[in-house]
Amino acid sequence: MIPKRIAGIRFEVLSPQEIRRMSVAKIITPETYDDDGYPIEAGLMDPRLGVIDPGLRCKTCGGKAGECPGHFGHIELAAPVIHVGYAKLIAKLLNATCKECGRILLKDDRRDHYINMIEQKKRLGQDCEDVIKEVFRVTKGVKVCPHCGTEQTEIKFEKPTFFYEGEHKLTPKDVRERLEKIPDEDLPAFGMNPKAVRPEWMVLTVLPVPPVTVRPSIILETGQRSEDDLTHKLVDIIRINQRFMDNKEGGAPQLILEDLWELLQYHVTTYLDNEVSGIPPARHRSGRPLKTLAQRLKGKEGRFRGSLSGKRVNFSARTAISPDPNISINEVGVPKIVAEELTVPFHVTDKNIEEARELILRTEHPKANYVIRPDGRRIRVLDTNREELAEKLEPGMIIERQLMDGDVVLFNRQPSLHRMSIMAHYVRVLPYKTFRLNPAVCPPYNADFDGDEMNLHVPQSLEAQAEAKILMSVQEHILSPRFGGPIIGGIHDHISGLYLLTRGEKLFTRKEVMSIIKPIEVKELPKPKYVKDGVEYWTGKQIFSMILPDITIEFKAEICQGCEECKKEKCEYDAYVIIKNGELVSGTVDEKAVGAFKGIIIDEIMRKYGSERTRKFIDDMTHLAIRAIMYTGFSFGISDEDIPEEAIKQIHEVIAEAEKKVEELIKAYREGNLEPMPGRSIEETLEMKIMQVLGKARDQAGKIASRFLGMDNSAVIMAVSGARGSMLNLTQMAACIGQQSVRGERIKRGYTYTNRTLPHFKPGDLGAKARGFVKSSYKEGLSPVEYFFHAMGGREGLVDTAVRTSQSGYLQRRLINALQDLKVEYDGTVKEQTSGMLVQFRYGEDGVDPTKSFRGKAVDVKRIINEVLSSEGEQVREYE
Amino acid sequence: MSKFKLHDHILVPKHILLSDEEAEEVLKTLGVSKEQLPKIRADDPVAKEIGAKPGQIVKIIRESPTAGKSIAYRLVI
Ligand SMILES: [Mg+2]
Ligand SMILES: [Zn+2]
Ligand SMILES: [Zn+2]
Ligand SMILES: [Zn+2]
Repeated sequence: MIPKRIAGIRFEVLSPQEIRRMSVAKIITPETYDDDGYPIEAGLMDPRLGVIDPGLRCKTCGGKAGECPGHFGHIELAAPVIHVGYAKLIAKLLNATCKECGRILLKDDRRDHYINMIEQKKRLGQDCEDVIKEVFRVTKGVKVCPHCGTEQTEIKFEKPTFFYEGEHKLTPKDVRERLEKIPDEDLPAFGMNPKAVRPEWMVLTVLPVPPVTVRPSIILETGQRSEDDLTHKLVDIIRINQRFMDNKEGGAPQLILEDLWELLQYHVTTYLDNEVSGIPPARHRSGRPLKTLAQRLKGKEGRFRGSLSGKRVNFSARTAISPDPNISINEVGVPKIVAEELTVPFHVTDKNIEEARELILRTEHPKANYVIRPDGRRIRVLDTNREELAEKLEPGMIIERQLMDGDVVLFNRQPSLHRMSIMAHYVRVLPYKTFRLNPAVCPPYNADFDGDEMNLHVPQSLEAQAEAKILMSVQEHILSPRFGGPIIGGIHDHISGLYLLTRGEKLFTRKEVMSIIKPIEVKELPKPKYVKDGVEYWTGKQIFSMILPDITIEFKAEICQGCEECKKEKCEYDAYVIIKNGELVSGTVDEKAVGAFKGIIIDEIMRKYGSERTRKFIDDMTHLAIRAIMYTGFSFGISDEDIPEEAIKQIHEVIAEAEKKVEELIKAYREGNLEPMPGRSIEETLEMKIMQVLGKARDQAGKIASRFLGMDNSAVIMAVSGARGSMLNLTQMAACIGQQSVRGERIKRGYTYTNRTLPHFKPGDLGAKARGFVKSSYKEGLSPVEYFFHAMGGREGLVDTAVRTSQSGYLQRRLINALQDLKVEYDGTVKEQTSGMLVQFRYGEDGVDPTKSFRGKAVDVKRIINEVLSSEGEQVREYE
Repeated sequence: MSKFKLHDHILVPKHILLSDEEAEEVLKTLGVSKEQLPKIRADDPVAKEIGAKPGQIVKIIRESPTAGKSIAYRLVI
């Protein structure tokens, strides 16, 4: 069979004839059901419109409920009404055409010129909207018809469906007559295809009645019928339509007819869209606004976003997350109440029937919730039928067993931007009400515990479970395809802990060692480094080595000061890490060694020993780190930012110096002595120089502060080891916050007419203080003026992030939509799946899987050489 | 104005016109039909330079920082 392709879609407007042609029933009575509960002929529930009751057959096509798609009916309107959706276009057309002859208000050659332009744009696949806009703009300005010479009056459009010619109100009938006069030849100039749309069709004379399948009635528990909102609205329309006809025939006064006409217009308008501005929405008796046609399609819960693009699933759970460093990174703590609700199918065979029986008979947690018989009937396991179900159990049945330890589940946190946003974890059923996860897997999910919620899905088939275990397990995602390095690793306390443990040569007695390594599996203690007075001492480095597999690497740690010439193992900062055959010989373990994103040791273990061993290392490493940090104790408080009087004095001097320099610069500028930098104006030069001077001052203040804080300070430890925070944060807390900026410049806006930022300053003041330099530290506190400038800078940051996230979110959506069915084939080519189009001849030009690359590079030559040489008992030094 | 060769420019990758036999061979190894290849227009300056006619296949050899040389084929349209 040759697959059929849709070549294009064209939207047209239904003509009255078309509406009548597709109709199977003319609807005239507002009644729906008679006293016996049967649908009334020619009523809104006419059996020719389709069936919804099971058992009945459609009077039109003979299909049963579910087979019959439903059929349209129609209502003959007693008077024409405007279609709200087209009201604006009608207004534009009325103003673009002659009130008398209906011709476009342009000479024929001008008209043809525009038509040609539109056609050409359409041919080139460009947007012709701007040309059409121009046609409407030009024609609106024409006062006299170029064809018949009639003077034109402007038609005023009033939302939602009213048209006024001066004081005179146009009835829909008048409008329709005018639209009828527009000749087919003029329509292309308005971007309309006369074969698809006649303007008068935008004024309704016949209303299609949607099939009952579109607006099924529901039967309440009380036995009463409750009709769909659309049916309610159609009832209103028919009622007023009837009244109008009766009054007209009875010769009622014009005023009453006009009122009824307006009422009919209101009902048809709200039937199409119940949220148009200018008129009150139609309400249910309860006061709830009705959900009419437009409301079914629009918005997040509408047909498009809610029903077509949106998917919902069973076997899933969502709750807040909290940390548990005692579970493995590939586990997830599931609250017992969740585990009791979620189930996994258990296929009964004669091999496992006893196990299944036991599950049914259980009355507590891992028990069976449902038994599914071979015919598909589901029976809930209750106290009353438990024994019976167990007895009747036979191979071929499926029981739905509660989630229990060891089950594989998918765990997810939104926004799911990369593949690590959904990973497979093994279940650990735990008390309380939150999902628990190991803090080391926070980076791939970008999760924290300030109220974040996550989702959990239970794969049902064995295939899905196997796929989850093999492809989606946490340990298979330790290396990120984003940068070819580990994305799962130590954070915060893990890094501080190992830093404290391994820095320098800390000594521990046997008892202390045992207490630290308690949570990890160590079969044998190494030989103690020292024995003094009969007491054995182990170093922190030895303790860390206990969890290391046999690896050999060298690298500069995060704390490396970047000395001019690296002294390697003799580094006075203990910043050069050497690991020889699984033994930490020198250096401090910090973010560079075990951190998420950087973790060189994790990377090395992953490449040498694979995912399972790496998972174990990360588990051991986090356990060890937490024991170590608990052993030392680690805290941070406001007093940790205290710096001595002397330091404060020095900082103030530095800042005063800088402020003086700024004043000098401004003076030089005012006297015209400032030499402009190449390519800059004098003003720009001044600004840059001032920023430079103040920036330097802040850095100096920071240096002074950190000199007095020392390496034992908790904040300093966290900053240098990469655990949390930076030296800049610390500088701002202890020494000086520095220049505040908006759009990368010093703050300059404010009272424009006096040219100053705040009334506290003289007009034109360019000094540091007047332009947002904050000399206080967070600890000291800000002056009111400083506080204000700080809020300005802070606000810009907030706005930027808000804008960026929405923009990048939309970009991501478009990118995913464009690339979703590209696939890397086994021959390394990239093809589009439906058309077979070749997109790349070799994936990414080089055919490299970025996950398996070494930080983006295809091969890590140095590592390979090292490996070869180390097998011969030699070593090559890292040179970098 | 003197004419110069596009191919002499450092940023223009090498475009080679394939013979019918070579083209056949390429399609066979890639396992695609002509239409599934990326396209190059016959009035593309570089296609004009090598005299490519619609229906023929052009081989493009690019320098790649990661892969050394990268080879692509395009159908002339
Ligand atoms: Mg959060
Ligand atoms: Zn039917
Ligand atoms: Zn006219
Ligand atoms: Zn060093």
